[in-house]
Amino acid sequence: MKRSNAPVFWSLFGAGGMLSALTGPALVFITGIAVPMAFLVSPDLMSYAHVHAFAQHWFGKACLFAFVSLFMWHGVHRIFHSLHDIGLHTGAVAKLCCYGGALAGTLLAGYALLSIGF
Amino acid sequence: MSARRPYVRSMDGWWRRDPFFVGYMAREATAVLVVAYAVVLLIGLIRLSQGQAAYEGWLYALRSPLAIGFHIVLLAVFMYHTWSWFRIMPKTMPLILPDGRRLSPALITGAGLTAAAIVCASLVVAAMKVAA
Repeated sequence: MKRSNAPVFWSLFGAGGMLSALTGPALVFITGIAVPMAFLVSPDLMSYAHVHAFAQHWFGKACLFAFVSLFMWHGVHRIFHSLHDIGLHTGAVAKLCCYGGALAGTLLAGYALLSIGF
Repeated sequence: MSARRPYVRSMDGWWRRDPFFVGYMAREATAVLVVAYAVVLLIGLIRLSQGQAAYEGWLYALRSPLAIGFHIVLLAVFMYHTWSWFRIMPKTMPLILPDGRRLSPALITGAGLTAAAIVCASLVVAAMKVAA
């Protein structure tokens, strides 16, 4: 019997859903509201020096890679399975667009993090 | 061509017929904005790899009123995502059967929301302490 590839996508969906449920509100607040408005946090928090150093460290790299790629895998999996609910009965092309988008985002994130160096 | 034209009930707006389906669609719709936020972060990451001027351009763009308004919407959507994620967790997680009985759904949801509150509060407090 041919093995299904569904568990792979489901795992990525679940991991991204859990990570975004646990950290998402705080991340959005810090990067999108607190830092741009200099509200509660130092305006220096996301300075180039700080974020560049964070992205050079293995732990920072792992965090940034996980946030970007898993959020994408989570989102595209849900979008793909919701297409039917909004009346779009799609097949392989939609699957390729959804998961391919997440794969492209993952590769771009990996490339950017590697080019920042260690 | 066949003359037979069977009646097919329209499914347009099917999810507006029941509040349960509205909740379901709202939960699924959060995915679009989760991807949007990932794209914002990915652009930041790419700009970071291109050097200081590029990265600071991204930071500057985040300060526009439009960007801040967008992130306020994102914050509300992410909070709804967190709430709905742990609300359906009793149905989506593998069964845990201590003493042969299922954990109560309220306990699973409550534990998840508590964990999310602790993680988010810790992140914000840590952010307030860095470079303070």
